[in-house]
Amino acid sequence: MNLLVLLLVPIITALAVLIMRHNNLVRWTAFIGSSIQLLLSLGLYYAFNKARAQGETSQMLFEQKTNLFNSWNISLHLGVDGISVAMILLTSFVVVAGVLMSWKVEKMTKEFFLLLMLLSMGAYGFFISLDLFVLFFFLEVAVIPKYLLIGIWGSGKKEDSANKLALMLMGGSALVLLGLLGIYLSAGKTFDLMQLSQLQLPIRTQMICYPLLFVGFGIFTALFPFHTWVPDGHSSAPTAGSMFLAGISMKLGGYGCLRVATYLMPEGAHAYANIVIVLSTIAIFYGAFATMMQTDLKYINAYSSVSHCGFVLLGIGMLTKVAITGAVMQMVSHGLMTALFFAVIGMIYERTHTRQVNEMGGLLKVMPFTITLLFIVGFCSLGLPGLSGFVAEMTIFMGAWEHPDTFHRVATVMACMSIVVTAVYILRAVGKTAMGPLKEQYNHLSDATWNEKLAAIVLMIGILAIGLAPGWLNQLVSPGADVIMQKLK
Amino acid sequence: MPNPTYILLILLLPLASFLLMGLLGRSYIKNASGLISTAMLFVATCLAFYVAYGYFFMYGNVQDVYQKLILFDYTWLEFSKGLSINMGILLDPITAMMLVVVTLISLMVHIYSLGYMKGEERFAKYYSFLGLFTFSMLGLVVASNIFQMYIFWELVGVSSFLLIGYYFEKPSAVAACKKAFIVTRFADLGFLIGILILSFYAGTLDFNTLVQRLTSPASMGLKTAVASSFLGISALTWGMVLVFVGGAGKSAMFPLHIWLPDAMEGPTPVSALIHAATMVVAGVFLVARLFPVFAISAPDALHVVAYVGVLSALFAAIIACTQTDIKRVLAFSTMSQLGFMMFALGVSTYGGEGGLGYTASMFHLFTHALFKALLFLGAGAVIHLVHSNDIQHMGGLRKQMPITHVTFLIACLAISGVPPFAGFFSKEEILLAAFQHNPTIYWIALLTSGLTAFYMFRLYFSIFWNKSYHSHSEYHGEGGFAMMMPMVLLAVGAAVAGFIPFGKFVSSDGKTLISEFHWQFSIAPVALGIAGILTAMWLYKKQNSKPDAIASSLNAWYKAAYHTFYMDELYLFITKKILFNVVGRPAAWFDKNVVDGMVNATGNTTQIISEKIKGFQSGKVQDYAIYFLAGAIALAVCGMYIWM
Amino acid sequence: MMQPGLYHILFVSVALFFIGVFGFFTRRNLITMLMSVELILNSVNLNFVAFNKYLWADKLDGLFFTIFVIAIAAAEAAIAIAIIINLSRNFQSIDVEKTDEMKF
Repeated sequence: MNLLVLLLVPIITALAVLIMRHNNLVRWTAFIGSSIQLLLSLGLYYAFNKARAQGETSQMLFEQKTNLFNSWNISLHLGVDGISVAMILLTSFVVVAGVLMSWKVEKMTKEFFLLLMLLSMGAYGFFISLDLFVLFFFLEVAVIPKYLLIGIWGSGKKEDSANKLALMLMGGSALVLLGLLGIYLSAGKTFDLMQLSQLQLPIRTQMICYPLLFVGFGIFTALFPFHTWVPDGHSSAPTAGSMFLAGISMKLGGYGCLRVATYLMPEGAHAYANIVIVLSTIAIFYGAFATMMQTDLKYINAYSSVSHCGFVLLGIGMLTKVAITGAVMQMVSHGLMTALFFAVIGMIYERTHTRQVNEMGGLLKVMPFTITLLFIVGFCSLGLPGLSGFVAEMTIFMGAWEHPDTFHRVATVMACMSIVVTAVYILRAVGKTAMGPLKEQYNHLSDATWNEKLAAIVLMIGILAIGLAPGWLNQLVSPGADVIMQKLK
Repeated sequence: MPNPTYILLILLLPLASFLLMGLLGRSYIKNASGLISTAMLFVATCLAFYVAYGYFFMYGNVQDVYQKLILFDYTWLEFSKGLSINMGILLDPITAMMLVVVTLISLMVHIYSLGYMKGEERFAKYYSFLGLFTFSMLGLVVASNIFQMYIFWELVGVSSFLLIGYYFEKPSAVAACKKAFIVTRFADLGFLIGILILSFYAGTLDFNTLVQRLTSPASMGLKTAVASSFLGISALTWGMVLVFVGGAGKSAMFPLHIWLPDAMEGPTPVSALIHAATMVVAGVFLVARLFPVFAISAPDALHVVAYVGVLSALFAAIIACTQTDIKRVLAFSTMSQLGFMMFALGVSTYGGEGGLGYTASMFHLFTHALFKALLFLGAGAVIHLVHSNDIQHMGGLRKQMPITHVTFLIACLAISGVPPFAGFFSKEEILLAAFQHNPTIYWIALLTSGLTAFYMFRLYFSIFWNKSYHSHSEYHGEGGFAMMMPMVLLAVGAAVAGFIPFGKFVSSDGKTLISEFHWQFSIAPVALGIAGILTAMWLYKKQNSKPDAIASSLNAWYKAAYHTFYMDELYLFITKKILFNVVGRPAAWFDKNVVDGMVNATGNTTQIISEKIKGFQSGKVQDYAIYFLAGAIALAVCGMYIWM
Repeated sequence: MMQPGLYHILFVSVALFFIGVFGFFTRRNLITMLMSVELILNSVNLNFVAFNKYLWADKLDGLFFTIFVIAIAAAEAAIAIAIIINLSRNFQSIDVEKTDEMKF
């Protein structure tokens, strides 16, 4: 399978969107384009498994390499392993759902879908490139459309939020760039991930570049204390924007932390592991408590994302195979779950024109489909078995528990405790929104439309596929985690 | 060999019912949903009886020992070698017994609800939730893997949440379902950490292997688990106590019981199924499942079980004497009886004669499920007629509802331990076990059993005798056949179940336990029970002022008990005042002002600086030219300085 | 009659350059400023020609550059005058002090 297709389909869709005349055509083009992406990613998963089953043991599959800039040794080097495939699957699910949820965008429709496609292209490129420079390029491609998405189509104090988000993420990218250059120079001028992984980077480089890269990527994944763009950015973004932001963008960071920082610099990872664990435990616990006080549905989900992404970083910081597998599973699970959560919030907001939980109540009576989704996604968030969140969290806990010392134990127990707090804030939010007496002004509300239902169903399929039969994801991800672990030892 | 398909079918039928009613019920098969679900469950129940019969009488017993059979095993999620979550079926005596109990009570409730819930708007949803609950509970009892049990444990929690919150427009129901979920969730945290600890030392999540590794003195896992300690207590004891915390949460043990009385906000048949007969005994079941580890390797943890159990039994019994809400009385009585089961396990030892407590506990679990479900169904019938939960609004109902009256009386006699009803036998065994192993617990338990008789008959006399009933509504019946039939069946069960030779089937080590019947020993509890009944009769049979007089003479104590010893207020104080105000609010404030403040400060600093230096950008070409020239000259000077 | 040497020409060129700079800084009229810029350019041209003649008489690089600069200067003058005309239309003045819209 040629991985370039994954880049071309979004680009072609974007161009096709540009030449469409009517908004309706634009929507359908984007929808068809994103569906093709979904099919492609499923095909990739199938082809990947088939190749592995046929005994293909090389670390990266479907590799291809084209030189872009010889004198600097930059090349378009593509390839995937299980972790990338998992992330690509996540991206394609979220993209389809995001497009479907934007069916009602009337303002500059063409540009909106163009940016969505651009963003998805950036994400795919990021996950498949094995050249650090190209990887960085795609990281930037995935950031900039977000600024416009929030700034133009957002709500509330959208300019402020867009600025904050873009500046913080750019700051993160700057750190990433510094770290990449550090690696580049000390490794003898190569950006190629595969070549770099064969090398033993000097300890001094690792000590300097690991924090640069980890913090840089960490900002994308809401690393404490650089998470404040998350609540503001999510709450101001349009529905699809929030879905992309939480479902895809935040995962770029986690993937980068794992693939670039931890994989290339094992000594650095060991040296800074404790700091990572402390920061992520703080994020998990403190994010959960901060969520408890929020009254805006989007803020609730944004802060809970801080808490949930803390699990990703915790899993990476634990440096065991099971925990890293868990971290990747948590990325996929959280991406699907939070995208669905934002979609549901979007549906509710479109009808009630408020996101304040205190102003709602009893909505279950008038919009059963939407609110049932809210329940399911809430349960997923608090880790109910049968849904994806549980699987990922338990895998992280099991991995974290492999360390017998008190420090790791305390961190793990703290992380476990956060699931109780999660239950508190989720039930509080869901209870206030869905249950209780119905307010009079909401009597006439209608339930979800076909596009919203379809979007939700797409994401639900993902959540249930992981939650009910996690084996396939585990088998997909854990060989990738194994390779990283071998380097870490 | 048994066929696992049957057991799988027992599980899958309720699941199918859940999916069918959940997806199609609202729009397509609304009215038939109840009948379809009931039919499916009827099949499941028949299969459960068939499986239990087969296990106990055909293949389960090999050389006089009941085997632990693994009938089905599927690796669901593999963490590392040996450590995986498996979905399996473990068939042993308590599983077989629980299969019967769960499906039977669930079937009764399904049938009963056909009458009780008739005409509800979300009728199909109700049955779908019942299906989900039954499925999860069955999954819990057949679990062969401790994590599988945790999974279904959470699922029963959520189905309980959904069913308590069935009347979602009622704020009190919303509060109750949230409370139930969060309190049990908090307890589950203990269970989860317990699982992590046990799995770390045992290196497995499989029940059989885990129990075997943590009980055989030669195993490395046990040695390290006992040797390593935290805060002076061995890791194994920590693990077992934490697992028990999970069980205590589900089984409403003190101090995690606060959710159970509030859970009565759900529909009454649900209370009968979940909060009386099945889900709440999950905690007891969990301790029973891990009993060998408790008894052999962690006796300290078993002491905790015993004392928490007996304390809960007494505590709940005292409160039950003062409550006036019919369902809350029953809820506290459930908690009290669960306490009996817990401490019966707590005073037991593994194997042989000492295992009497284990058998007694399971026996009581079995009989309790029958008569407590019956009590709740009876209460449901009463509430159906009176449209109130308050016993002060009832009285003299024996004429209006003769069948309910008789069945309720049988259940009350059973729970009070009056021979020859079911409760007598199981309770005698429990008391005997306690008497043999721990006199302190025995005396407390004896007192509690007297109190049980008193508050149950207080309830009985208040409802069916006392003042005469004047109906306000037009409806006078007892509920139709659908409601009466399960009650009659359960009443028969409650009357005769005690004659089952339980020790023959269920014992701690699988061998037959012959419990001798000591009639001398029974004199004290039975006499105390009858005394309790007579006291209740004296106080409540006729309307009079004696109860009020006694209540006011005990003033402060009565009030404290009436308010459940202010446990709710204490919890509210901890959550609302401390967690929200001392942790949550500062965290949110800190995030908004300090962390985000720092980000904003960076932005603002940049802005201030640029504001200061923006004057350079005057827009006048000649100014720029001067800067340019100055720069060029400066560079030139520097260049010359370096060059020369 | 004494032949003028390199230094004489350089002197003229330097004088021309600073006259141009002085004019550029002090005049407020954009046309005069443009003329001052032309003076600066021409002083550079003079330098090129002089250096070419006196130092590398066998090469033509200096002359080429001079022609190049003259051509550029012509183009530049055209653009500059176009800008100035636009300015005068919008501001009714070509005073450089008044055309300071492009600030902060």
